[in-house]
Amino acid sequence: MLKLKNVQTFYGNIQALKDVTIEISEGEIITLIGANGAGKTTTLMAVCGIVPPRSGEISFMGEPITGMEPDKIVSLGICQVPEGRRIFPYLSVAENLDMGAFLRNDRAEIKKDMEYVFDLFPILAERRHQAGGTLSGGEQQMLAISRALMARPRLLLLDEPSLGLAPLIVKQIFEILIKINAENNTTIFLVEQNANLALKVAARGYVMENGRITLTDLSENLLANEEVKKAYLGF
Amino acid sequence: MIKFNEIKRAFLVSIWFMFLTFPIMVIRVNPVERIVEWRWKNMILVGIGSFLLSFVWNYLMKRKELGVKKTEAGEETGTIPLAQRILGEKRIYIPGLVAIGVFTMVFPLIFSMYQTTIMTTALIYVMLGLGLNIVVGLAGLLDLGYVAFYAVGAYAYALLNYHFGLGFWMALPIGGVLGAIFGILLGFPVLRLRGDYLAIVTLGFGEIIRIILENWNEFSFGPSGIANIPRPSLFGIDLSVHSSIIYIYYIMIALCLFTVFVVNRLQDSRIGRAWIALREDEVACEAMGIDKAKTKLTAFSLGATWASMAGVMFAAKTTFVNPASFTIWESIMILCIVVLGGMGSIIGVIAGALVLILTPEYLRAFSEYRMLAFGTMLVVMMIFRPGGFIPNVRRVYKFEGVKSADKS
Repeated sequence: MLKLKNVQTFYGNIQALKDVTIEISEGEIITLIGANGAGKTTTLMAVCGIVPPRSGEISFMGEPITGMEPDKIVSLGICQVPEGRRIFPYLSVAENLDMGAFLRNDRAEIKKDMEYVFDLFPILAERRHQAGGTLSGGEQQMLAISRALMARPRLLLLDEPSLGLAPLIVKQIFEILIKINAENNTTIFLVEQNANLALKVAARGYVMENGRITLTDLSENLLANEEVKKAYLGF
Repeated sequence: MIKFNEIKRAFLVSIWFMFLTFPIMVIRVNPVERIVEWRWKNMILVGIGSFLLSFVWNYLMKRKELGVKKTEAGEETGTIPLAQRILGEKRIYIPGLVAIGVFTMVFPLIFSMYQTTIMTTALIYVMLGLGLNIVVGLAGLLDLGYVAFYAVGAYAYALLNYHFGLGFWMALPIGGVLGAIFGILLGFPVLRLRGDYLAIVTLGFGEIIRIILENWNEFSFGPSGIANIPRPSLFGIDLSVHSSIIYIYYIMIALCLFTVFVVNRLQDSRIGRAWIALREDEVACEAMGIDKAKTKLTAFSLGATWASMAGVMFAAKTTFVNPASFTIWESIMILCIVVLGGMGSIIGVIAGALVLILTPEYLRAFSEYRMLAFGTMLVVMMIFRPGGFIPNVRRVYKFEGVKSADKS
């Protein structure tokens, strides 16, 4: 479904991604793990077109999307939940969700989707008229995920959804991610520092180090891998 | 009740003010008779005045802090400001609106020509303020060169009339379109800029337009400007000066109503919400698929359209344009209107324009200290009401089926 082939990305003169090749097929949950500054977020930004790659190819559903404008990429069905949630603090919860459906025009369907995300996260329904900035961290993360779902993505990119959240909330959010994947056949590309949890959810994983993919395998193999254990799982 | 400390403080304040105002309040040099007057009486007055005012100041500051503490403690202090409460209350709101409506309609018939002219000027600034409000208040793009678009409109009418004899009613839409085009022209190079950088570039743009108008003699007749611009005509009838001033006033009222209507609709539209979202978080906007470039450009061009139409109006009202009317000071004034009135709030911007434009006029009685009083007012306003006269309270959207969803 999504293919990155030898992608190289630069911030000015600094190379952030070196020959990154990733492949995701439809309906999968894939995770990308790595230390701080490894280039995980940049990988997502490259897919979304916010930081376009200098060379290499990205294709989605067999069509090249390298160098496309971010809004065109979203309209193809790729939606990102950005790192640090980045909800709109002065817009209400309902308005935040509506912004997620910005590119859609089918009112009835949007309403249905809103009911759907309220079903997933009942707390958001309770707070629908509250300004986004007044929500707690966990609720904001739920809102960010819901907002992305409002675009009806075929591929959902998540950037560290566990960042700064209590373990219990993290668990709840991951359970819902699995549910979303199962119910809508939404492909999920999960970028995480919490490698242990991410690998338990995902079918396959990529390990990134200094802008390179150093390892890729099935999750259970990665969980068993001595080096991964030492470097990311803390055993 | 009044502590010794406070008296000491007020005393020091008064000494400091006497020292500060010494050169302007006490010394007067009379160059004709070559003598220096020492007006010690003024110094005493300043001392007593600032001594008393410092008590008032302290009292207000304390009240403000108390209010902040109360809201921090989560107490309900009736946080909805008075203006909002009035707007929310239909029983006060509707008669109030009718009263204001009647007052504005009969205004030129009751008051003198001078008053009507001032009011028309204020209304032009209402329009400018509402236009800039789109750019600054909603989209959050700090534009210091807004006056450039005002100039574009004014010169569009002046030149179109001079060369092609176009009337006001033709020039108004053309001016608007020209403004939109210039807005996009400015928008393109600044798409990637934000905050301070954007302010500097737009400031430069405003100056470029003014300097071009000042120096390109063949095109714009330089600093001497263009005179004899016709006032708007009423179905081809030429009006006397007096009645055409009244006529312009009514056109301005109509234009302002139109602006309020359009801006209000824009605010609640999808593009309006995209502006607000863009102001809050650009990266999140991109991730949501909002086209950043398009959204910013629409904000710039729509804002510029209104400035430009106000410019056409200005040219028609004064019948004369020259570059001196479009200095950076105008831009700052319009920005002050938006910020002081309350960013993003339509009614706030209207109030801001009326206060900021009318006060200097009515303060002419204190001619010498007019700008001083004006400046003081700005400082005091920003300390006690940082959100503006009438801050924007965002409309709460009610979705159908709220109740049932809450239950489930």
